[in-house]
Amino acid sequence: MGNPSLISIENLRFERDDTTVVSCDQLHVNVGEILQIEGPNGSGKTTLLRLLTTALQPQEGTILYCGKSIAECRFEYLSDILFIGHQSAVKLTLTAEENLAWMAESDLSSAASLRALESLGLAGYSDIPCYKLSAGQQRRVALARLLLSDARLWYLDEPFTAIDRDGVKLLERCMEDHVSSGGAVVVSTHQDLDVQDVRRYSVLGESLLRAYS
Amino acid sequence: MRKYASNGFYAYLRRDLLQSHRRLGEAASPLIFFVMASTLVPLGITPDPASLAEIASGIIWVFALLATMLSVGGLFAGDYQDGSLEQLLISPQILVMPVLGKVTAHWLITGLPLTLVSPLLGLMLSLPEAGYLPMTASLALGTACLSLLGAVGAALTVSLQKGGMLLALIVMPLYMPVIIFGAATVQYGIDGLAWTAPLAILGAMLAAAIALCPLAIASVLRLTSIN
Repeated sequence: MGNPSLISIENLRFERDDTTVVSCDQLHVNVGEILQIEGPNGSGKTTLLRLLTTALQPQEGTILYCGKSIAECRFEYLSDILFIGHQSAVKLTLTAEENLAWMAESDLSSAASLRALESLGLAGYSDIPCYKLSAGQQRRVALARLLLSDARLWYLDEPFTAIDRDGVKLLERCMEDHVSSGGAVVVSTHQDLDVQDVRRYSVLGESLLRAYS
Repeated sequence: MRKYASNGFYAYLRRDLLQSHRRLGEAASPLIFFVMASTLVPLGITPDPASLAEIASGIIWVFALLATMLSVGGLFAGDYQDGSLEQLLISPQILVMPVLGKVTAHWLITGLPLTLVSPLLGLMLSLPEAGYLPMTASLALGTACLSLLGAVGAALTVSLQKGGMLLALIVMPLYMPVIIFGAATVQYGIDGLAWTAPLAILGAMLAAAIALCPLAIASVLRLTSIN
């Protein structure tokens, strides 16, 4: 069978209230690849990503991780992924550094989290409660997890929301660095990514297909 | 695997305590409710010490129960709204440990202060002297039970916008055995009977709740999330 893809999706279907939200016959994510998921609003991009993170269970089909079903190697798979969604999971009453500390859930050295915040342009903001930060800065706190995690697979759902132009570039470099060191990124966004070797995948939910035809 | 298990407990315990520390006003409101509601009783019923002494134990227990119930509803709501609950569900760890950490934090913030302030209310409601120790002991164990059982209700209603009343309807039947044995402990103490017997039953309930409630909460949270 050769070298299996990092992620293979086969005949994945997810329905909600008798409407097919996600229908994906075949999709592979390989090591060293940035996969951009495109589609109009309501086409199921977020649902597809949530299926990939196991937050949702599909009605049909399988997701294989390194050739094994993710239900079989759940623990291994979940240790290897990092998901940043629309809701950033940043606790507003905590400081940026405290947020990173609990998100990492392991012994995180203070120096490492300060470095990560610094490279995302949050130097000097590490000890301020997050409710005092702007929306873009809060987003950056969430994205700082990318630099601290050793997960191979990143799932990013609209990561550029509220991020300024410099921030977008920074994040694109992060993604390139990550894939060049053997990782993979699945990102849903409407923006054109300025990165090398981006592969695009379009999703179109059944409800939309019907509306278009 | 073990590393994850223990860290999940402490990470969430620490995080929730830290959050309450930042919002002390919010964290203190169950305690203030408890004190204020109990103050209403002498005003509304009778200030006569002899009559108050008869109902003091029941009143303190009922208001401790209500204070816990009102505060437990928000246990998972914040996490649900800001996406950290989803992060918890997809993290590679046993869900039970973070859940137990969160409930422990809730008890330390509400149940423990309620227990510590209860002698003061006992004084106000003319609780007989023999009732103080049984009351504090039973509240210490009982409020922990209430936090654990309430958290099951909070998990069940997490995705509802206004789940407060439903939560009350779900958890109140679960709270009944706790209040029966809790108030009985105090009454036994006042009557000079062996109050450690009902207290031991409360302890047994707590042991069962610690073992079973986190499992229930974890599976309920998984259920709510997949829809």
